[in-house]
Amino acid sequence: MYITPEITRENITSLVNNDKREDGRALDEYRNIEIETDIIPKAEGSAICKLGGTKVIAGIKPSIGEPFPDTPNLGVLMTNCELLPMADPEFEPGPPSSDSIELARVVDRGIRESEMVKLDELCVEEGKHVWILFIDIHVIDNCGNLFDCANLAVNAALKTCKLPKAKVVDDEVVLDEENTIPIPLNHNVALSTFVKIGDKMVLDPSLNEEKVLSARLSVGITESGSICSMQKGGDEPLTKEEIFSSVKLALSKNAEILSNLD
Amino acid sequence: MIFISEDKKQRADGRAYNELRPIKIEVGVLERVDGSAYVEVGGNKILASVYGPKETYMKRFLRPDTGVIKVKYNMAPFSVDSRKRPGPDRRSNEISKITADALRPALLLESFPRSMVEVYIEVIAAEGGTRCAGVTAAAVALADAGVPMKDIVAGCAAGKMDDQIVLDLSEVEDKEGQADVPVVIMPRTGEITLLQTDGNLTDEEFEEAINLAIEGCMEVSKVQKEALKNHYVQNLEG
Repeated sequence: MYITPEITRENITSLVNNDKREDGRALDEYRNIEIETDIIPKAEGSAICKLGGTKVIAGIKPSIGEPFPDTPNLGVLMTNCELLPMADPEFEPGPPSSDSIELARVVDRGIRESEMVKLDELCVEEGKHVWILFIDIHVIDNCGNLFDCANLAVNAALKTCKLPKAKVVDDEVVLDEENTIPIPLNHNVALSTFVKIGDKMVLDPSLNEEKVLSARLSVGITESGSICSMQKGGDEPLTKEEIFSSVKLALSKNAEILSNLD
Repeated sequence: MIFISEDKKQRADGRAYNELRPIKIEVGVLERVDGSAYVEVGGNKILASVYGPKETYMKRFLRPDTGVIKVKYNMAPFSVDSRKRPGPDRRSNEISKITADALRPALLLESFPRSMVEVYIEVIAAEGGTRCAGVTAAAVALADAGVPMKDIVAGCAAGKMDDQIVLDLSEVEDKEGQADVPVVIMPRTGEITLLQTDGNLTDEEFEEAINLAIEGCMEVSKVQKEALKNHYVQNLEG
């Protein structure tokens, strides 16, 4: 059990009430974002995203498998997340915690619902063979806002991921490792996470800000500005106005966040 | 001294029989842990981190007379050619155990009774010899965490490939080779804290392999100490 000291809570809250933050940022300002791609030779796509002190590695491993019966002509996305014990003293080894499942599902939802990956082009033979993309999110350092950092890492990894050309010969899939194609993508999707502290909404929360939050809101928006995923978290409610203003702010920040992927 | 005799065959990656793969060590790479290290040996990329000495979270591990060390070795799903299912398996459990055994003799555990040191080793990319590189990284992370130790252990494997004994097998050499002998030593005394062997060796070959592996460990040890010095000198200056 880790308890947030009352003095930290008071300090963070009074700073935010005065439109200030412990690291000197504005309430709507991101920390520095650094992305490095193709860091893992054996993963077809990989990236590390550093958002301030937060570090997340994403790796993509494609494999040929069977499609789901209700979508016989579509490829499959499988998103998985590990909150490594080295990332945070509060993360314990063992089966995925509910936090890690939520993180994987929120990132997955952004990619899936925005139709970022052209899943129909991942079909090799309808009803029989499709590409399954295993997206593994490896959280190695938690200094707050894992959601946005993981989303950027996955976007960058998908962007650089190469698939071998696949064709069907005598009912068997033959892979041509020499000739690869990039994963067909429609666009990228950004995730913006806000936390409510006092009466204000704060973008890109630090670890301490996350510890004292009363509510959390993540908004996924595509390059073209369409809202594709959302997740509310935290113990307290949000008002309609708070949600609308956060979505507006997320829209205005979208291009800036996505520019880190170029 | 490096001596390459005429009858030694060239290795696939162009290394001499007693040559390590390129090795790089960084200290203090993570924010939230007490100590951490990042090690690259050839294509291996490994993170090691340390918490503690801290309160023993499980009563049954607690020892009233000494501290305990717990090690978790884990491979990322994307670290290998075909995706590894997340979570522990028999191989990683065994490696966790022998890694703890390899580190324990160098630690002054009796100086912190009733507490524990947790070590997490994460293989981000694997290319043969991850257990030795993992121990090497863990030892540096323990030093970075300031855990009382009498030595910084270092690991390196030797093996047999094309009927000759070679140092630090790469993944290809390990798969096609005839034997693999991972070794971890305490460099100050030369004592061995981890030894495994798989494959076929005559007793002369085995002796040669151990001696070669120890030479390799000494090289690794130099890189470890250099990395620690650099990190702390930089911290003092910066």
